[in-house]
Amino acid sequence: MSYPDELKYSNEHEWIRVEGKIGTVGITAFAAEQVGDIVFVELPSVGDTLTATQAFGVIESVKAVSELFAPVSGTVVEVNDILGDAPETIASEPYGDGWLVKVELSDPSEVDALMDSGAYEEMIDAA
Amino acid sequence: MHKTPLDATHRALGARMIPFAGWEMPVQYAGIVEEHRAVRTAAGLFDLSHMGELWVRGPGAASALDHALVTAPSRLKPGRAHYAMICAADGSVIDDLIVYRIADEEFLVVANASNREAVAAELGERLTGHAAALDDASLRTALVAIQGPRSRELLQAHCSVDLEPLKYYGILSAEVCKRPALVARTGYTGEDGFEIYLAWDDAERIWNHLLKEGSAAGLIPCGLGARDTLRLEAGMPLYGQELDRETTPFEAGLGRVVKLDKPNDFTGRSALERAATGAAKQLVGLRITGRGIARTGYPVYLPAAAEAVGRVTSGTSSPSLGHAIAMAYVPPEHAVEGTALEVGIRNDRAAAVVVPLPFYRRPS
Repeated sequence: MSYPDELKYSNEHEWIRVEGKIGTVGITAFAAEQVGDIVFVELPSVGDTLTATQAFGVIESVKAVSELFAPVSGTVVEVNDILGDAPETIASEPYGDGWLVKVELSDPSEVDALMDSGAYEEMIDAA
Repeated sequence: MHKTPLDATHRALGARMIPFAGWEMPVQYAGIVEEHRAVRTAAGLFDLSHMGELWVRGPGAASALDHALVTAPSRLKPGRAHYAMICAADGSVIDDLIVYRIADEEFLVVANASNREAVAAELGERLTGHAAALDDASLRTALVAIQGPRSRELLQAHCSVDLEPLKYYGILSAEVCKRPALVARTGYTGEDGFEIYLAWDDAERIWNHLLKEGSAAGLIPCGLGARDTLRLEAGMPLYGQELDRETTPFEAGLGRVVKLDKPNDFTGRSALERAATGAAKQLVGLRITGRGIARTGYPVYLPAAAEAVGRVTSGTSSPSLGHAIAMAYVPPEHAVEGTALEVGIRNDRAAAVVVPLPFYRRPS
C-alpha cells in the first residue's frame, strides 16, 4: 500500500493535501482496505464547519459504519459529488478521484501537527 | 478464545479474523461483496466449526425432544431434518436450531455458537427422566459448508455417495475426500448447498482439497461477513438480532415452526398458545428507498411522527439487489406490505417501505 510523500496524515487515517489555504481531505489506502467494500458515504455540505479530530461524516461498508474524523479545522468549500453514485472510488483511488472534501483551513498550523508518510507508515506497521 | 481446526489455514489465506461468540473466526478473505457474489453465482466455502453439535441418543430420544423443543422431532424420518427452536416457559426463544434425525434413536441438534452452552444446559435438564442422553460433541466436530449453485457438482467429485437424490433438509453418511462425514443439504445462504459435519482433525484436508479442486469453477473461501449478507437477503433470522429472549417465534414470523398440534406437553406450550393468537410486534422486511443504510438498533417511525414505533434488527446494502434492505420489528398494524415507514439514520430520516420476505429468492 502506498502513502504519498506530499500528503500529511492523521492518526484517524485521513490524509490532507494542502495547496495555499485549501486542503483536500481523503482517507488512506490502509483505511479504505480496513473498511472493506465501500457502499455509502455521508459528507458535510459546502459551508459546513469542520473541527480537527471531530467526526465530520461516515463511510459505510456492507458490514459496518465508520466515522470520518477531520484532520484539520476549516470550512467546506467543495464536496466530491461523484462519491454519491460511486463510493467505491474511495478505495480504488484513495489519493485521487476518491477524495472527500476540500476545506479552507482556519488554522494552517494544525497541519504541522500531522504525520508525514514515513511516520504514518510506522504507525500502521506498529498496529 | 476457541480456535477452529482451520485457524492457520484461514490466516494463510489472508482472512481477517474477529472474535465471534468466543471463537476466532474469519469475517472476510477477498471481501464481503466478492464472496457474496461467488455464493450467488458459483460457490463459496465456509468454516462453521464454531457451531454447537449436540447429540441426543437413546430409546426415549424422540419423545424427549418433542418435550424439549417446539417442533416434533419424533415425526422426522431417519435421514431428515427440520428447523426448530428451543423456547423458555414464557415462550421466548433460547435458540434456533437444526434437528437432524440420524437414526431411530439418534438425533443431532445444531445450535448457534453463542448459545451452545445455554442449549446444552437446558437440553440436559429437559432430558432428565427420559431414556435419552446428551453428548456435546461441539469441540470435536468440525463443520464445513459449501454453498451456491455449483456446490453439488463440486462436492460430488469428492463424495462417495450420489448427492442428486439428497433432498433439501436431508442428511446422509458418506466419505468426503475419503474421510467419514455427515453430509446435509442445508445452509444459511438462500442457495442450494451442503453442510459437512466431520471429525476435527479431518477439516484441514477436506477444506484444502475442496478449495483447490473447486477454484477453477469459482469456489472461494467465504467469511462470516458474507454469511450475514446472504442470510439477510434470504430473510433468515440471526439469533441475537431477530430472535432473543424478548421474542416469540410468532413475532418473528416463524409460528409455523411451533407444532401446537403435537399431543404432548412441551416447555413454553401455554405461553406459545397465547402468543399464537396475537403478537405485540411483527418482523418485517424493509426496502430503504431513502438515502442511507439502516443498521441494527436504528429506530423505525411512522412518516413524520416523533415517537419510534419499532427498531431495526439487521440491515445492510444488499449486494444482490443493489439497494439497502433491513429487517425490523414494528407493531402488527404497521406490518402490512406496502406500508410507508421511516428509519432514523443518525440525524436524518430515510424513507422505507414494508416488503415481503425473503428479499432474494434463488432462480429456480
